[in-house]
Amino acid sequence: MTRTQPDADRPVLVEARGVSLAFGSVKALTDVDLSLRAGEITAIVGDNGAGKSTFVRCLSGIHRPDAGVMTLDGADIDFRSPEDAREAGIETVHQNLALVEDLTVWQNLFLNREIVRGLGPASLLNRRAMQRQAREMVASLAVNVPAVTSRVRRLSGGQRQAVAICRAAGFSSRLVIMDEPTAALGVQETARVEALIRRLRDDGRAVLLVSHNFEQVMRLSDAVWVMRSGRCVAGRRTAQTTGQEIVALVTGAQAA
Amino acid sequence: MASPPPLSPDRPDVSPDPVLDQPGRRPARLARVTDVSLWAEWAAPVGLVILAVVFQLMNSTFLSLGNVKAMLVAAAILVVLSVGQTFAVATGGIDLSVASTMTFGAIVFGLAYAKGAPLPVCCLLALAAGLLVGLVQGLVVGRGRITDFIVTLGGLSVASGLALVVSDGKPTTVISPFLLRLSTQGVGPVGYTVILALAVALLAHVLLFHTRFGTHVLAAGGSPEAATATGISLANIKTAVYAISGLLSGLAAILLVARVGASEPAANMQFLLNSVAAVVLGGVSLMGGRATIAGPVAGALLLTGLTNGLTLLGVSQYYQPVAVGAVVVLAAFLTRFQR
Repeated sequence: MTRTQPDADRPVLVEARGVSLAFGSVKALTDVDLSLRAGEITAIVGDNGAGKSTFVRCLSGIHRPDAGVMTLDGADIDFRSPEDAREAGIETVHQNLALVEDLTVWQNLFLNREIVRGLGPASLLNRRAMQRQAREMVASLAVNVPAVTSRVRRLSGGQRQAVAICRAAGFSSRLVIMDEPTAALGVQETARVEALIRRLRDDGRAVLLVSHNFEQVMRLSDAVWVMRSGRCVAGRRTAQTTGQEIVALVTGAQAA
Repeated sequence: MASPPPLSPDRPDVSPDPVLDQPGRRPARLARVTDVSLWAEWAAPVGLVILAVVFQLMNSTFLSLGNVKAMLVAAAILVVLSVGQTFAVATGGIDLSVASTMTFGAIVFGLAYAKGAPLPVCCLLALAAGLLVGLVQGLVVGRGRITDFIVTLGGLSVASGLALVVSDGKPTTVISPFLLRLSTQGVGPVGYTVILALAVALLAHVLLFHTRFGTHVLAAGGSPEAATATGISLANIKTAVYAISGLLSGLAAILLVARVGASEPAANMQFLLNSVAAVVLGGVSLMGGRATIAGPVAGALLLTGLTNGLTLLGVSQYYQPVAVGAVVVLAAFLTRFQR
């Protein structure tokens, strides 16, 4: 490990070593090393095009790295689809939230994980069970959304974000990836979503936060990784760094 | 973390509204009554009632048992086609080939019948022909990622061309007591074809709203990104909906042969226009993601009733496409208010 390692006593959940990915001649990721710990909020910061989203997409199964190793709980991972990542317990809250507006809250929470009765092609949806569990999911995270039977179209931005996070938090996920979770939200809604993110961490999940908002990173995260032009250039414990230092690392004014 | 830290100044304070706290049910329900989008959804049933009242006032035979029976039987084929069309439209696509596929199925039926094949075999062949045409189109749309509109427009041409090739452009008379019974008799006043169409609609409703597949169809239409992100295969969904539409076109082919007493390589273009019209009247969003089965069924009944009523009133049949077209554009106008 040549990089500055944000150390802590918690166990490492995800580790990336030498992850590289090129799209044609464009090197999106070069030799990225970083790690995420369970029960912590880890932030990835960097300028546009620094490779944050590309790295996150590798973790969530959308891209496959050309080279390098990623491990989850010590075991190598090789996701061929987002479904593989979900199976492994890695959930992503996408920037566009990936909610279907014309479906209800419970339908979105159970999208492609529907509970059915009966066998094989004759199985029918168990709507009642899904609605009941959806209510429990929403209640357990103390998310304030209207009835789970209302359509997502009728929800506010913060409520939608809450539903998306709720979906990611459910189904025994171990790592929740969030891409700019509060980018489109107002002050109060941002505060609520941040509280929700802390709750995920306190439940023992690893949270990976991609954010442009340094203040948010400083107040939410336990560890920060800085990316610049496809490389992971530095890592810090949030408690041992300052916003200025992070900004300097992002812009390249300060070398790691 | 003692006091809430200030937000970064580059983010505008969008809406500090406490909407997150509101249960927000009651006002929503009240607003729905005056909601135009509600009317868009109910265009077909409401239109059907208005149409029935108006035509009944102008001609008292319109709602007579005999005429209602005749209208239902006449609507059966369109109902079956519209249900298939609904699945395609629910994914944000459109199946322009329904009528041509039906014609092709009918021709296959007639050919098998002329070669002396037993009736069940003829029926199965017609269904298989429809399914095959639908499946190929679905695969091209789903795997080949070519726009639905273009693929099914091509399918329209290919299927009707194939029908001409296979039949050599000649009709085949199909005289079968079974088919005659199918198209003219029924249980009490309800014709067998009507029962069949109703069963298709019921099955389709269960498929759309009570199976995983149905949810995925609506998700794929409502938000392809969300569907993909949750691991739903758009290619599979597209393939399946066009296969369903093709299969139902094959079923409609059997009903058509039974009704006409022959298999003709005719264009049957009015069936295509009317199936799209019924779906639009039924409040199904052409953008995808929003659909019902009852709506298009009501839409199909409305269009059949419109044609029938105009005929009863002695309006030249040349005006009927004009009326259908006007009603459809009106319905599409209403869907602008859909939210």
